[in-house]
Amino acid sequence: MTTAAGKPPPTEYRSGWTRGSIKLARVIGSVLVTMLGLLFITFIIGRVMPIDPVISVVGERATKEVYDAAYQEMGLDKPVLVQFFYYLSDVVRGDFGTSYLNGRPVADEIRRVFPATLELATIGTLIGIIFGVPLGMIAAVKRDSWIDQVARVVALVGYSMPIFWLGLVGLLVFYGILGWVGGPGRVGIFYVDIVPPVTGMILIDSALDGQWEIFWDAVSHIVLPASILGYYSLAYISRMTRSFMLEQLNAEYVTTARVKGLSEWTVIWRHAFGNIKVQLITVIALSYAGLLEGSVLTEIIFSWPGIGSYITTALLSADMNAVLGGTVVVGLVFVCLNVLSDLLYSFFDPRAK
Amino acid sequence: MNLLEVDNLHVQFPTRSGTFDAVRGVSFSLGRERLGIVGESGSGKSLTGRAILRLIKPPGIVTADKISLEGENLLDLSERQMRKVRGQRISMVMQDPKFSLNPVMRVGEQIVEAYSQHTRASRKEAKAKAIEMLEAVSIRDSERVFRAYPHEMSGGMGQRIMIAMMLIPNPQILIADEPTSALDVSVQTQVLSIMDRLVQERGMGLVFISHDLNLVSAFCDRVLIMYGGRVVETCRADQLYNAKHPYTQGLLNSLPRLDTPVNRLQVLQRDDAWMTDNPQLDDKPDDLTQPHISKTDAETP
Repeated sequence: MTTAAGKPPPTEYRSGWTRGSIKLARVIGSVLVTMLGLLFITFIIGRVMPIDPVISVVGERATKEVYDAAYQEMGLDKPVLVQFFYYLSDVVRGDFGTSYLNGRPVADEIRRVFPATLELATIGTLIGIIFGVPLGMIAAVKRDSWIDQVARVVALVGYSMPIFWLGLVGLLVFYGILGWVGGPGRVGIFYVDIVPPVTGMILIDSALDGQWEIFWDAVSHIVLPASILGYYSLAYISRMTRSFMLEQLNAEYVTTARVKGLSEWTVIWRHAFGNIKVQLITVIALSYAGLLEGSVLTEIIFSWPGIGSYITTALLSADMNAVLGGTVVVGLVFVCLNVLSDLLYSFFDPRAK
Repeated sequence: MNLLEVDNLHVQFPTRSGTFDAVRGVSFSLGRERLGIVGESGSGKSLTGRAILRLIKPPGIVTADKISLEGENLLDLSERQMRKVRGQRISMVMQDPKFSLNPVMRVGEQIVEAYSQHTRASRKEAKAKAIEMLEAVSIRDSERVFRAYPHEMSGGMGQRIMIAMMLIPNPQILIADEPTSALDVSVQTQVLSIMDRLVQERGMGLVFISHDLNLVSAFCDRVLIMYGGRVVETCRADQLYNAKHPYTQGLLNSLPRLDTPVNRLQVLQRDDAWMTDNPQLDDKPDDLTQPHISKTDAETP
């Protein structure tokens, strides 16, 4: 922002760009600090685990010389702080070490499993929002009516039914008996590894490649697990929507809106709903983050190669690099979602600016 | 014809331990005047205002022999017809602008909405009208306020915005429900005089609900005093200090006065008999239940 006279503009008229970049710097700064804390914790966990990383590399029957050589090679003779910086620089370069289990780089493995979870969790959350929010709205507006009771039961079932049971019954009915959806796995067995991985998400990759046959096959495979995860988040989202709405419907500005002679629809959607958006974003972000962590049971039942089952398998075989790598990625997802919801707050609520 | 006639209005709320009668047989009529309704908390004054607009939600029950607006019984209207009455013919200003303005909508948008709901004005016309209305409530930089959010406004500003919003469709009656109790004393008179000026200019009827006796006696033409859900006394505002009913007298005596200072203010004594007898039939001139014709009204036919 330059003025003709060359005078610096007064501070309260800082241009949008300046304010935007200050905000951006602040956001990036907070992300970096949080991530540093997370990495520190994972590093400490990796050190205090009663697993000798050298033995997992050289094997139990290695000679003392081999053991010592590996010990020095891995930098374990250096001070802990130095080791932490080694770890940090590795992680920054996207290197999470290699898996003790199969010797492959953990980063590559995560790059393979995380998109699968992302795809499933995103569609699940979308289902949860599309059905959960209106259901909660109706339940609040028609409080104590039969619709409210039905919504309550639907949510209760979603909460309390074991997800593996729903998954198995879903597979039995919709795949086994009716044959409406695809079975376990991300695509049918004939289509595996045909589409070149770009994003790692089969729906997007197949569409990018123009392989519509594979795309529809992938859709039929994802429908059932995504619906089950969606049902689970629907239960949560609809209950929260209902309670947020009840609070707003008693607010005085809603009466103002009615006094103006607005229709009930306008009062509810334009006025009351406008005021629950921020709270809803928090709830949705939390439930999305929960799904992105990977829902182990769903992934196992549907043979979905996601991050949940990856971390669990690694954990059971004490594959620390894989576990820590997975934890860092999940942590990063949480931090990113937090930042995203913060940005959305200031978009939807003028008071948050 | 009177603008508004309320006859035997009851508001009830069913509770587990029986029905609670919040308003019990309130009757009054309103012309193009300023009618004050005074009473303590819980006397049913606010509910009376809301019942007229049919804003009392179930499980609350509203019954009346009639609530007629220029001869049309509001109780017979459908909800859809009632929406045409709200805002356009009867409007309401509420207590605290901090709560009665939508926090996430721009001020201008909220005013425009009140206007466009009842007219077919284009967005541009509505905006011009809103700006004009903001200026009418003495808001100087109306363009900035139009784009502002309610939390950026002070209480007095907020209440003036509320008045602008409620008067923009040009209603015949304004119900002001404690419009100044949430405001700083220094801006109370300012907001009141703005409201008064607009109501007078437009020849509207005003129902002014308050618990402030002094304010009401200074500001209104006629006063209803409510106690326990019924009207215990009706009198001309300038003669409030000669009121006969023991409750009104008790209220007056519990106020400090500059001209006759006392060491100890009286404590209000209550009598259960006030809940049951009908004071409107007591020795009181009949004309007081009817609207008081103010001078301004007589001048403008």
